[in-house]
Amino acid sequence: MHSAVRMLESSYFGNLPGVGEVHTGTTIMAVEFDGGVVVGSDSRVSAGEAVVNRVFNKLAPLHQRIYCALSGSAADAQAIADMATYQLELHGMELEEPPLVLSAANTVRNITYKYREELSAHLMVAGWDPYEGGQVYGTLEGMLIRQPFAIGGSGSSYIYGYVDATYKPGMSPKECQQFTTNAIALAMGRDGSSGGVIYLVTITAAGTKQEIILGKELPQFYDE
Amino acid sequence: MLHSAREPQGGFSFENCQRNAFLESSLKGLRVPHARKTGTTIAGLVFEGGVILGADTRATNDSVVANKNCEKIHFIAPNIYCCGAGVAADAEMTTQLMASNMELHALSTGRKPRVATVSRMLRQMLFRYQGHIGASLIIGGVDITGPHLYSVHPHGSYSHLLFTAMGSGQGPAISVLEDRFKPDMTLEEGQQLVVEAVTAGILEDLGSGSNVDVCVITQAGIKIQRAVSTPAVLSKRSET
Repeated sequence: MHSAVRMLESSYFGNLPGVGEVHTGTTIMAVEFDGGVVVGSDSRVSAGEAVVNRVFNKLAPLHQRIYCALSGSAADAQAIADMATYQLELHGMELEEPPLVLSAANTVRNITYKYREELSAHLMVAGWDPYEGGQVYGTLEGMLIRQPFAIGGSGSSYIYGYVDATYKPGMSPKECQQFTTNAIALAMGRDGSSGGVIYLVTITAAGTKQEIILGKELPQFYDE
Repeated sequence: MLHSAREPQGGFSFENCQRNAFLESSLKGLRVPHARKTGTTIAGLVFEGGVILGADTRATNDSVVANKNCEKIHFIAPNIYCCGAGVAADAEMTTQLMASNMELHALSTGRKPRVATVSRMLRQMLFRYQGHIGASLIIGGVDITGPHLYSVHPHGSYSHLLFTAMGSGQGPAISVLEDRFKPDMTLEEGQQLVVEAVTAGILEDLGSGSNVDVCVITQAGIKIQRAVSTPAVLSKRSET
């Protein structure tokens, strides 16, 4: 199977995967709460119209209490995550303490910004550190912006209304997990490039906890 | 972005790609020589004792069968093998390069090679070439951490899975695998399933054909069987 070479446009939303090129057409989300963050994603990886992997975990650990969520071109996103993990590990050794979430976000942002013409991926960085607590950073197209919650990927377009209406500051970790699960389930229901299972990671001072929400346990909404 | 012209520093030169595309579009009927693709079905799965890889043996040049019995299961290390799909030359040279690098790496670290290392080296190289190396690979092996199966795409993305299929015949093969795969199968069940998956590709895909090759990798060692099954046998020509 020969992959077609794509002509890259500078706008992230203008890039459509060519035949054979693998894309994580995706829904990713991260929410901050007092004391940590919840990060979630779907699990579908598509190449054109075929699903190449239906159980892919798009939540990649950058460090012990810092995760990133991958979206966009699978190869680009995985390559950036690998590079950022390596740079952060080195940075953490030099610091002799775990790096800040802001450092992780900057590491990812610097790669994305420097190669923005060639790359087509968006990595959302979220984690906990003892200085600022739980933080969520968006790094779309090389910017760096801290947000109380963030959504990304092709499926996110379908849930902007839902998350804007539902989010309230000061939610508990459990409420954040439910909020993330519901939002991703809704996006998976409407976006053809999102689907599979939901991966959730909750990061706090105590550590990271990963959950997988399988088909039967996905929240049910109105379905024709 | 403006770049000053730089001297080529070795490696691939893509300057003819633009010229070829222009010639094809401006001169009607001109067909630029294309790299030979192995229209292929390759598959792999993890069973209770290790990994089983399977592949068909047809290599095509557009719609002509260039090789009826080519080997698509390549050696990487004594405990790691790799099935290759996509452009034949790219798959062949990439796996040879990996085998060579893994031997050097093993000598340098003093440890037996790991499947994760092969996967990482492969995808970093393929990413560097931005998809111009048209090799889709399924890497399977048993190392100190257990049995592992990875699939790597030409642009450098990878998946770590329990079963997978790639190539032009991946559709039929993955349907068979999705239907009948269970975790921790026995060797007989696993081998039977891989053969069935590749057979589905051979029968349903025009780019795949001839025989099914199987490679079983366990802690104890590897066993390669060429032509385990021949799903479509040419009928005898009648005497006239």
